[in-house]
Amino acid sequence: MPQIEQVTATFASQLFWVLLTFGLAFFIIGRGMVPRIQSTMDARDDQVAGDLTAAEKARAEADASEEAWRIKENAARETARRKLAAAQAEAAKASEATLAAADAQHAARVAAAEAQIAEASRAAAGEIETVAADAARDIVARLSGAPVSESEAQGAVRAVLHG
Amino acid sequence: MGTAVATQEQGSIDPMHQFEVQSIADMFTIGGQTIAFTNSAMFMVAALVGLWAFMLMGMKRQLVPTRGQMMVEGFVGFIDKLLAQNIGKAGRKYVPYVFTLFMFILFANLLGLLPLGLVGLHPFTFTSHFTVTGVLAIMSFSIVLIVGFAKHGLRFFSLFAPKGTPIPVLLLVAPIEFVSFMVRPFSLALRLFVAMTAGHILLKVLASFVVNAANAGAVTGLGVGIPSFALMVGVSALEVLVAGVQAYVFALLTSLYINDAEHLHDHH
Repeated sequence: MPQIEQVTATFASQLFWVLLTFGLAFFIIGRGMVPRIQSTMDARDDQVAGDLTAAEKARAEADASEEAWRIKENAARETARRKLAAAQAEAAKASEATLAAADAQHAARVAAAEAQIAEASRAAAGEIETVAADAARDIVARLSGAPVSESEAQGAVRAVLHG
Repeated sequence: MGTAVATQEQGSIDPMHQFEVQSIADMFTIGGQTIAFTNSAMFMVAALVGLWAFMLMGMKRQLVPTRGQMMVEGFVGFIDKLLAQNIGKAGRKYVPYVFTLFMFILFANLLGLLPLGLVGLHPFTFTSHFTVTGVLAIMSFSIVLIVGFAKHGLRFFSLFAPKGTPIPVLLLVAPIEFVSFMVRPFSLALRLFVAMTAGHILLKVLASFVVNAANAGAVTGLGVGIPSFALMVGVSALEVLVAGVQAYVFALLTSLYINDAEHLHDHH
């Protein structure tokens, strides 16, 4: 086994070289590079953790602002609903008043018109009596030649017209 | 490499040859010992450079990681989690050491498994040498001792006396605990060395079956070669798994031992 046979001849150089190379590896790689790689990894872990916390915070904030918005929205909706109801009531009242005024006006006009019609029909009826009496006197005079007074004719016409 | 040719010419393939440390360039002598740039040193440097190149992918430091960054961060996160689970919050300061340990062993194990023979190079697994694994184990053990005594002083010896143990039992338990504690660096070093060595020997033995059977004739070649080769494919896959598992075990045990030093027996 060369490891044993050569031990006296080679142990010094083996020792020298392993100490040299391992020492260099320890100082260059172990002490130089590893801590920087570790710090990169730590920085990444910190960054990820920080980002997660920030995201969680942002989510909570978003939830809160959404809640606030919802409350405001509900309040606005309620206000709008109340305003609408008030406006509706007001409009209903106003239109009622307008309708009432218009009704009254119409009624007055209808009453006036009815009165006018009654007047006209009364006047027309009076005229008819006069015309009928004249016609009756004329007819009697033509047929019999007997003179009929105006008042007689009028009485006869009134008796026929009014039963 | 001259010996490899020689052994092949003799008709037997030496499965141990892969563990031979060969000098590429003698550099200097210190205390009577020659420090040479060897094939082992070359693979250590290769592991270092490979690990550095791999880690470079993780240095983009983007918020949304690239593919390479994901891989590197996966490994760092893996060791980070391992230490956090076994040691707790105090484990973070050991991440550089345990990460380097894990990745260095992992790259060494995997580099040694590369089929470099296809391009004429000889792969070398330096974690199959107890001189190397021993150094790594002693480093881990030293950290345990240093942290333990620095943090708890002499109270660190209470590690050998589990709480609530009656005195007569303690007389028995304390030596056992002490021995099991002192065995730790050996178990760390030997586990990795043995696992790597055994796997590589198995691969070479199976490979030599294929070569020798093919040399012995067509019938033997197909009859022995094909099953051996199929087994090699399976064992190679297993060795890749072992490479990862052994690196993980080394890192895991180191973190468990450091936990003892940090918390004595209080933790968990």
